[in-house]
Amino acid sequence: MYKVVERRMIVPNLHELVVEAPAVARSVQPGNFVIVRADENGERVPLSVADWDREAGTVTVIFMQVGASTAKLARLKAGGSIPTFAGPLGQETEIGAFGTVLCIGGCYGIGSVYPVARALKEKGNTVFALLEARSNFLLYWQDRFKEVADRVIEITRDGTKGYKGHLTRLSEILTLEGIKPDRIVVNGCTFQMMKVSEATRPMGIKTMVNMNPIMIDGTGMCGVCRLTVAGATKFACVDGPDFDGHEVDWKEFLNRRRTYNPEEVHPLRKSGCASHF
Amino acid sequence: MAGETRKSRQPMPKQEPYERVRNFDEVALGYTEEQALAEAGRCLDCKKPLCRDGCPVGIDIPGFIRCIAGGDFGSGIKVIKETNALPAVCGRVCPQEEQCEIKCVLGKKGEPVAIGRLERFLADYEAAEGKAESPALAVSNGRKIAIVGSGPAGITVANDMALLGYDVTIFEALHAAGGVLTYGIPEFRLPKAIVQREVEYVQSLGVKLLLDFIVGKTRTIESIQEEFDGIFVGAGAGLPWFMGIPGENLNGVYSANEYLTRCNLMKGFRFPAHDTPMKQPSRVLVFGGGNVAMDAARTALRLGAAESHIVYRRSREELPARAEEAENAEEEGVIFDYLTLPVRLIGNEQGWLTEVECLKMELGEPDASGRRKPVEIKDSSFLMKADAVIVAIGNSPNPLIPMTTPGLKVGKKGNIEVDEETGKTSRDGIWAGGDVVTGAATVISAMGAGRKAAKAMNETFFPK
Ligand SMILES: Cc1cc2nc3c(=O)[nH]c(=O)nc-3n(C[C@H](O)[C@H](O)[C@H](O)COP(=O)(O)OP(=O)(O)OC[C@H]3O[C@@H](n4cnc5c(N)ncnc54)[C@H](O)[C@@H]3O)c2cc1C
Ligand SMILES: Cc1cc2nc3c(=O)[nH]c(=O)nc-3n(C[C@H](O)[C@H](O)[C@H](O)COP(=O)(O)OP(=O)(O)OC[C@H]3O[C@@H](n4cnc5c(N)ncnc54)[C@H](O)[C@@H]3O)c2cc1C
Ligand code: FES
Repeated sequence: MYKVVERRMIVPNLHELVVEAPAVARSVQPGNFVIVRADENGERVPLSVADWDREAGTVTVIFMQVGASTAKLARLKAGGSIPTFAGPLGQETEIGAFGTVLCIGGCYGIGSVYPVARALKEKGNTVFALLEARSNFLLYWQDRFKEVADRVIEITRDGTKGYKGHLTRLSEILTLEGIKPDRIVVNGCTFQMMKVSEATRPMGIKTMVNMNPIMIDGTGMCGVCRLTVAGATKFACVDGPDFDGHEVDWKEFLNRRRTYNPEEVHPLRKSGCASHF
Repeated sequence: MAGETRKSRQPMPKQEPYERVRNFDEVALGYTEEQALAEAGRCLDCKKPLCRDGCPVGIDIPGFIRCIAGGDFGSGIKVIKETNALPAVCGRVCPQEEQCEIKCVLGKKGEPVAIGRLERFLADYEAAEGKAESPALAVSNGRKIAIVGSGPAGITVANDMALLGYDVTIFEALHAAGGVLTYGIPEFRLPKAIVQREVEYVQSLGVKLLLDFIVGKTRTIESIQEEFDGIFVGAGAGLPWFMGIPGENLNGVYSANEYLTRCNLMKGFRFPAHDTPMKQPSRVLVFGGGNVAMDAARTALRLGAAESHIVYRRSREELPARAEEAENAEEEGVIFDYLTLPVRLIGNEQGWLTEVECLKMELGEPDASGRRKPVEIKDSSFLMKADAVIVAIGNSPNPLIPMTTPGLKVGKKGNIEVDEETGKTSRDGIWAGGDVVTGAATVISAMGAGRKAAKAMNETFFPK
């Protein structure tokens, strides 16, 4: 059993969960994910790591309540426990000396791209953070990003904070901000990662996306997480989850993500994040 | 004894096919005491028991059958346990017809003694009596052993090393122990309570079990080595193969591992009481002809499929599955499409599988495996409707451990290379055995490899 140190809603429908998992905390890297089960009958749900404290032995994830399993996680209280918190899984995000890197986060991806931005900064890159949400009250962790990024840019669909509109405006925003990234890293909703990849393709900027297919084991044993990248089948849990967004077969990916839609009651619309999948 | 009785074995009592396809309870119910006595009575107790040579771990088969015939079941189980720690499992899933029973002299004129069923009888007898004897705990010898994987190979090493006084810890990636016995082989063939019992048994010997621990990820082998005197890798062959034909990433296409894991490990058949969902397809095609394929096809029927097919490119004779399971599948109404090779999966606009293009095959010259090679018949392409395809054409070892363990030698298919007699790998202090070495094989061979490795490890630490 893994002890829950904290679970709180940070913005509507997004929860921060801090779990005591010393072995995971010891070896986790940016871009990794963990497999979580909320109770003994629970599904194995993959969640990206958003932060960790190696000394305290804790790991933080940000999750969005979308279905049965995340609803159970949303009911956890400090002092409670969960049966599974396995990881760290997946390849870590490539942290090189790239020059200028733009880290884009939306939804839970604001959380998971944070350690990526931090590591890229430590590596000596110039780091810009672009945080996306439907409205200003859904943005979070700006303070943390300010500590690790050279500039934090915001965009909301309703224009209540920062730029107004969708990430399809990316090229325009880059011009207005005077940023010429050598690489872009995007974490968050599939739809958003796809849109960013489409926007950056003509600009020829390498764009890494953190893919989030349906998973079971997360160790390469079942193959449900497969996707096509540059014409070849890959298992996201072991070959990824980071891939070059320009090489991903998005149509197939979106179809596969919808496999269990009819079975899973999904209060997605209520969350206002219709693009989560 | 009448000649007829000598010729044919006691039939296995089973749930009726029409009944069992609607539940996940065990199909084979096990011999009654009378049946066991009668079956044991058929054994000729040969001077040179060939059956024993056929057993990969050399169980004293005539020895335990003699005990049954004499009504001393308690001694019978002890005889088995001298060489096999998991008789309740092996009695159910070993391919006896190609190991021990094929050598039985009675088989020349009639049916061989039902050795597997008798083994199972003794194991079940012991469990029902509820007094499985725990051997006296060994005195600690101060050495620590780490085991990667809790499948039959890992459990065997844990058992043997604990009895020798080692401090043993098993690291298991999943949230439940047992390996394929837990996530792969279905409840109706191997009840999970039996696997659980075996796992609890080794725990009762003082073995520690760390679940949710992915060696290579949570910690590397090298880092574990700092704390342990020796490591045994029994990580199995968990990486599913696909056919590499167009359309394999359509919705509705599963690896057998995914399909069976959803059902067995995640209890998808109890959705929504358990959270992991399972689809309810009506026409299921399973590609392959081994135990895994049979398990998938039979699981599909139990989940309500109207039709469940085995699509196999060779003929019935070459089916690699246990004979008994192929028969069970036939009885339950699984449709066998022999000499059929899928070449393309076809889907609709939404990316869902609708049809499979297949070719008709015929058998040609024998190939490297000694079996006649299937060859395509020209212009024989045809379509089969399907809303689910389950690919069960094989597995190879997961590359996770070799990738994160420098200097650990692996073969072409990713299998860890070892010295066959000792299980020793190319790296000092690391042994390996089971499917991770051989590729997908059998429960008993994994156990046999574990036993050899345990012996070799002990001799390394305490040379004679
Ligand atoms: C590598 C990886 C990292 C992820 N990181 C995070 C994270 O940090 N925070 C977070 O909130 N979510 C993350 N996800 C998505 C998260 O796993 C799913 O939202 C979760 O499994 C939904 O479970 P549920 O039972 O609550 O919903 P379900 O009832 O299972 O599903 C609700 C809806 O979500 C869809 N869905 C099902 N499985 C997934 C899936 N794996 N991913 C996305 N949608 C799915 C369903 O189709 C359905 O429409 C990640 C996924 C992957 C693969
Ligand atoms: C569906 C199916 C049906 C079968 N039917 C039969 C049958 O009827 N008769 C028969 O004899 N054989 C059968 N087999 C084959 C048999 O189950 C295997 O040969 C046997 O289980 C191999 O044992 P093992 O201990 O080597 O590996 P496994 O049983 O595969 O166990 C390996 C364990 O290691 C764990 N692991 C893997 N990587 C790591 C890691 N990095 N860190 C920690 N843990 C890890 C895995 O999660 C798993 O629990 C069947 C197999 C399948 C899939
Ligand atoms: S989640 Fe099972 S192989 Fe990736």
